[in-house]
Amino acid sequence: MATQHITVTVNGEAREADVEPRLLLVHLLRDTFGLTGTHVGCDTSNCGACTVHVNGDSAKSCTMLAVQADGATVRTIEGLADGSNLHPLQQAFWDQHGLQCGFCTPGMIMQAAWLLEQDPDPSEHEIREGISGNLCRCTGYVNIVKAIQQAAGELQAKAEAPTGTPAATAG
Amino acid sequence: MIPGQFDYVRPGSLDDALRVLTEREGDAKLLSGGYSLIPLLKLRLAQPELLVDLHDVTGLDGIVETDDELRIGARATHRQIHERDTIARYPLLHDVAGGIGDPQVRNWGTIGGSVAHADPASDWPAALLAANASIVCRSQSGERIVAARDFFLDTFTTAIEPTEVLTEIRFVRRPRGQGGAYTKLERRAGDFATAGVAAIVRLGEGGTIGFAGIGVTGVSDSPYAATDGEAALVGQPPSESTFRAAGQAAAAMSRPVSDVRGPADYKRAMVAELTLRSLQRATERALAYA
Repeated sequence: MATQHITVTVNGEAREADVEPRLLLVHLLRDTFGLTGTHVGCDTSNCGACTVHVNGDSAKSCTMLAVQADGATVRTIEGLADGSNLHPLQQAFWDQHGLQCGFCTPGMIMQAAWLLEQDPDPSEHEIREGISGNLCRCTGYVNIVKAIQQAAGELQAKAEAPTGTPAATAG
Repeated sequence: MIPGQFDYVRPGSLDDALRVLTEREGDAKLLSGGYSLIPLLKLRLAQPELLVDLHDVTGLDGIVETDDELRIGARATHRQIHERDTIARYPLLHDVAGGIGDPQVRNWGTIGGSVAHADPASDWPAALLAANASIVCRSQSGERIVAARDFFLDTFTTAIEPTEVLTEIRFVRRPRGQGGAYTKLERRAGDFATAGVAAIVRLGEGGTIGFAGIGVTGVSDSPYAATDGEAALVGQPPSESTFRAAGQAAAAMSRPVSDVRGPADYKRAMVAELTLRSLQRATERALAYA
């Protein structure tokens, strides 16, 4: 079976690989590209630890072939932080103690990021529904929900803040 | 888990996809969203020689109403269906689309993929059976329309031929006085249905039930239309006792197996209860759309 040449834009960088068609996207990310922040949890499409964004929509990367992502834009947990500044969701998981063992965290944060892109101000119920495809066996979800609520507030405040304020006031 | 080896092609048009299916008859499997097929590939329950990815085949994800039909393209995702304004007028379909799997599954999984896959516990088949939907299958020699009630033959087995692509699902446009609902029991969020019941109720003359459809999933080799339950409803007033009788009849047609989701008699009892609940909600919605 022939390998296929694919190009995938991962966290803003175009990357190429020759892959077997049966290679799963999660293995492309982890083993070929070395982006081990995306975790393999259940490997059966249930737990969501492998959640990444493909063309802007959250996907379980254990349930997608690398060849399906040919030409696609992929965002992983490594693509969230701005340099050494944590993304508001990463900071919120830290602040709210939204993890214990941390294994589900990359997928949980990526799903939360997608959720907040769809709905910047979700209710607690909507948050719980929104992360229903992501399993956490440690926290009982309470602090995860709090973390997402904190991040939602911060992201909204950031979005509402007038851009270029310092320059404007300086003038 | 790693799938067995296969080749992969991404045809640019439906005609190209159909040609490949014909040339490689029996060797190829169609890939749509992948959320049904890829788990099977990983378990090596499916080991096709060739995957034909419909990713680049455009024009198969429309959701449109004609004068007499609602037509949903096979490549429409569960999420697209759930969020489309048109579907708000089809409460049964809205229930199903919003409750399948989890958000990631709904982002990628498609109605056509789910229907063609025909998992005995999947949600869409129950709705298609209850609504007497039609399924459009295209091959190189043309198009044929298969009634949902003739489509689901057995576990993972449908009336679709290896050289055909399922292109569209068609529903009768919702008439006034009709409502639908889907109720399922899950062990946990996102699990396959332990049992699920789709119901359509159309109120007729004098407020009695003029038409009823019941589709049941999770409790047989294949989802089924509970025709005995439907017969118990037509011509009757939409009362709880009528619904309970229909629920008993629908449950009597089930063939559940005892497994991790519960013993067979429990599942049978749940079919009766879920039928009652779906009929009640369908009737409320029918009355609200008089």
